[in-house]
Amino acid sequence: MTEKLHIEDIDWITIILYLVLVVFGWLNIFAVSYNERFRSIFDLSMNYGDQLIWILTSFVMIILLFAVDHRSFYFFAYPVYGFAIVLLLAVVLFGTEVNNARSWFRIFGVNFQPSEFAKLATALALARFLSGWDVKIRSWKSMVTLLMMVGVPAMIIAVQPDWGTALVFSGFVLLLYREGMPGWMAAMILFLAGLFLFTLLLVPAEVIIALIAFAFIGFAILSRKAKHIVAGGAIFGAFLLVLRLMTDLLSLDLNQYQVILITLVLSTIVYLIMIYLYKLKRFLLVLAILFGSIAFTFTVDYMFHNFLKPHQQMRINILLGKETDIQDVGYNLNQSKIAIGSGGFMGKGFLKGTQTKLNFVPEQSTDFIFCTIGEEWGFVGTTLVIAVFVGLLIRLIFLAERQKSNFARIYGYGVLSVIFFHFSINIAMTIGLFPVIGIPLPFFSYGGSAFLAFTLMLFIFIRLDSVRKVYVI
Amino acid sequence: MDRFATRKNIIVLIILVVSAGLVMRLFYLQVIDTSYKLSAENNSKRIEILYPARGLIYDRNHELLVYNQPVYDLMIAPFELQAFDSTELCEILKIDLERLRSGIQRVRNPRYRREPFIKQISPETYAVLQEKMYKFPGFYVRSRTLRKYNREIAAHLLGYVGEVDEKLIASDNYYVMGDYIGVSGIEGYYEAALRGEKGQEVLLVDVHGRVQGPFQDGRFDRDAVVGRDLECTIDAELQEYGEKLMKTYKGSIVAIEPSTGEILTLISAPTYEPSLLVGRTRTENYIKLEKDTLEPLFNRALMANYPPGSTFKPVHALIGLQEGVISRNSTFSCTQGFYARGVSVGCHVHKSPLNLIEGIQNSCNAYFCNVFRNIIDNPDYNNVTEAYNSWRDYVMAFGFGNSLNADFINELNGFIAPTFYYDHYYGENRWNALTIISLAIGQGEILTTPLQMANLAATIANKGYYYIPHTVRNIAGIDTIENRFTERRVIPVDTANFSIVAEGMDLAVNGGTGSTARIAYISDIKVCGKTGTAQNPQGRDHSVFIAFAPKEEPRIAIAVYVEHGEWGASYAAPIASLMIEKYLKGSVDPGRKWLEATMLSRNLLSEQ
Repeated sequence: MTEKLHIEDIDWITIILYLVLVVFGWLNIFAVSYNERFRSIFDLSMNYGDQLIWILTSFVMIILLFAVDHRSFYFFAYPVYGFAIVLLLAVVLFGTEVNNARSWFRIFGVNFQPSEFAKLATALALARFLSGWDVKIRSWKSMVTLLMMVGVPAMIIAVQPDWGTALVFSGFVLLLYREGMPGWMAAMILFLAGLFLFTLLLVPAEVIIALIAFAFIGFAILSRKAKHIVAGGAIFGAFLLVLRLMTDLLSLDLNQYQVILITLVLSTIVYLIMIYLYKLKRFLLVLAILFGSIAFTFTVDYMFHNFLKPHQQMRINILLGKETDIQDVGYNLNQSKIAIGSGGFMGKGFLKGTQTKLNFVPEQSTDFIFCTIGEEWGFVGTTLVIAVFVGLLIRLIFLAERQKSNFARIYGYGVLSVIFFHFSINIAMTIGLFPVIGIPLPFFSYGGSAFLAFTLMLFIFIRLDSVRKVYVI
Repeated sequence: MDRFATRKNIIVLIILVVSAGLVMRLFYLQVIDTSYKLSAENNSKRIEILYPARGLIYDRNHELLVYNQPVYDLMIAPFELQAFDSTELCEILKIDLERLRSGIQRVRNPRYRREPFIKQISPETYAVLQEKMYKFPGFYVRSRTLRKYNREIAAHLLGYVGEVDEKLIASDNYYVMGDYIGVSGIEGYYEAALRGEKGQEVLLVDVHGRVQGPFQDGRFDRDAVVGRDLECTIDAELQEYGEKLMKTYKGSIVAIEPSTGEILTLISAPTYEPSLLVGRTRTENYIKLEKDTLEPLFNRALMANYPPGSTFKPVHALIGLQEGVISRNSTFSCTQGFYARGVSVGCHVHKSPLNLIEGIQNSCNAYFCNVFRNIIDNPDYNNVTEAYNSWRDYVMAFGFGNSLNADFINELNGFIAPTFYYDHYYGENRWNALTIISLAIGQGEILTTPLQMANLAATIANKGYYYIPHTVRNIAGIDTIENRFTERRVIPVDTANFSIVAEGMDLAVNGGTGSTARIAYISDIKVCGKTGTAQNPQGRDHSVFIAFAPKEEPRIAIAVYVEHGEWGASYAAPIASLMIEKYLKGSVDPGRKWLEATMLSRNLLSEQ
């Protein structure tokens, strides 16, 4: 039996914030296409007409969400998750290849991207699992299960390959952290996600040098003794110097990368002896993390070069801005910054933008929609958008915390995690604070699957919240 | 409250710190750092589209038929307009102030980014204007090319170039308002090859609209790629000659090289001069041509559905032979017609009885009524429907009843009635060979296009196969044509049977008494032909003739239709014969100049 729906129990503040984002987002998609040839707002051949259909479809879905029994989200969490996994596998095998990746199904002329819905399914499944009465998050068994739940869809998406969307799953760390995952573990996961990204972005030698530097800093913080720091540095420096001299004198055929690795191995042997002699066991951890990270870097690098076909490597390189078919490194980002920067404080005004209309900014209506906001609405507009997002996110936390049901609370944090990750990374990448990984800005970017998925995700939570007074599982 | 509830504060903190970071970065980018604004505010970019020249079209002997001439469009960029001396501009352009005002008013409509104001300015006006352009900010000159023709021939075959319409722009990203596109004929079908690829030049423009140079050292510039040249299959000489012969008639000539399927000539008469549909007068001329009661825009060669008349008899002969219901020696008698159970089909006076070859030679109606009746009443089939379907399958294999899928965008199918058509008309099982006997003489529920009939002539010439007729033999740079034009389509009829029919068509031209097409006789070329009269309920019948020559190793197959010409021998056969001679010998023998003169002097247009 479904209880009677109380309109006053629906959180209208969230809905208003959502509508503000949707309307403003659509206006910006409209602005991108505007100068081309204006016909009518319902023109399906243009992005904005298409998007409007998706928005209206989403509104219908919202009504349907309120019509189904609220308990079905709990009961069907696992089946939905399973179905999402099946879809992800199917799209890898049978999907349409777009931009060298199989991320899309094309059904009756409509493009559908299962990975967008996988986030929603994963949020439901995590909530269902963690709300179980006998689940202790800190037990190894639960931890492994949780990591699998997040990792499996992420891995399949990585195989498409759409590594940008795969990285979104690391955002669930926020949910897990709130539900009691140890802080160091959350930090570790984020560290690995970052390492993963930088392994792809930088050459291996750079990453390893950075890791060694991090390890040294960690070691210095941990020991706080000058003689340890000097000794550690001297050992490494001595080996490096000797090896460099030897390569020059004996003209050994070693590259920089090999020199560093050999130095590291030799120094480590000395370190281990010293740790044993002076009983400095606590530094073992630093070494373990360092070698673990290096092993991880190797694995990622190996996977990239051996499991991906050249055109798939190209796809990721393009995504990361390392390669574009027309321009050199940093082209996308530079154009994006010019567009946003040219907006100034007040912006050029609605429909008056030029940078985002002359096709200089790639993916202007999808991943780089924030450029149009920046150009036409200026600093005032961008700050306002960020403010509305922050308002929405904090409201979500407030809503999550007022739930009596663990399931609803945890799911709420899942929604928050995904939206926060998308929001922060998307904006950060358009303004050069984060590598370009090609993920959409929630409720703004053109693209039906993503819009529908974000809307469903949010409104399932609003639906759960609307019955908070009567519903306790 | 669980024990980790306080972690919500840390999460709020993370959100706030990250967002503050974003806002600070944006503040720096948008407010403090002015380097991005400089380029965008003091300068604006202007994208100049570079239009490639359209590919040229040559004939089969590499004579240039179609090329390009430059013209200039004066454009207005509404957002860049500033006050200017309007009288001066009006003087240069020789227009009144009102015209200028309304032009500017029009482009204020935000639907268009940049609108041509006056299209196709003459080079003289352009020379004057170019020097003073700096006085008129917001005006630009765009250079385009228009088609120009060396000979005023082959309008239908070449097709014309028009401007894209809204519908097309919506469905194809390549085109924008004002672009040209091939609308029909070769221009239409080979648009993708002919158009080339547009280029662009991104220019830096100062506040006064003056070009400062290429934007970012031209890193966004793209050169235009010139369109591909085409070598078409027509023989310009022959085409021109044919058009001259058809000048005073309505009808069509299609000539094909049988060994390749290449269309040597494609004429729809009356035709028009291709240069009429070029440039500023195009629309005006088009409306004129459209209103002409002689329908010069209608491409009869591909779109006119005529009954084939007696020219269809060879097909019955071939099917009859292949099905074994007649043989080369089957004789039938003709008493000036075919009479059976109340059905009668008249015939002219000729010898009787006659065999198959004589039947074709004399175009005996009675003979082919018997052949057709034998085909439909063939006891090998269970019923009339089955036999008819078998007949129809043969006919369709010849390329009738469906478009040949040649390289045209407006080719029609013709019509070969399916059984349900008769079932509907007469009732199921209530029709038989006699009910539909008019098919025997190519009349009744059968329609074919001149192109299909020329293809039939080519098929008989090849003794059993054809290549899909086509108009282009080479695309420069691709050096190939679509596969379907080089694949042999084989008719399920034995070569020996084709030889028998060819024999009959030989005698129809070169035989003695009773030969129906003696008028097509050429002393030193063995022409094989078949006359026909296509019944026309609206007026006098049409004169039809199909032929190929020389008999051994044929080099040309031809179909000629002359509307209201009545007998095949009166107009179509002499015209076809002149065409064949012209193509094979290069000119018409002085001994046959009288025939040419006769054809040129008659006029079936004024009689109407």
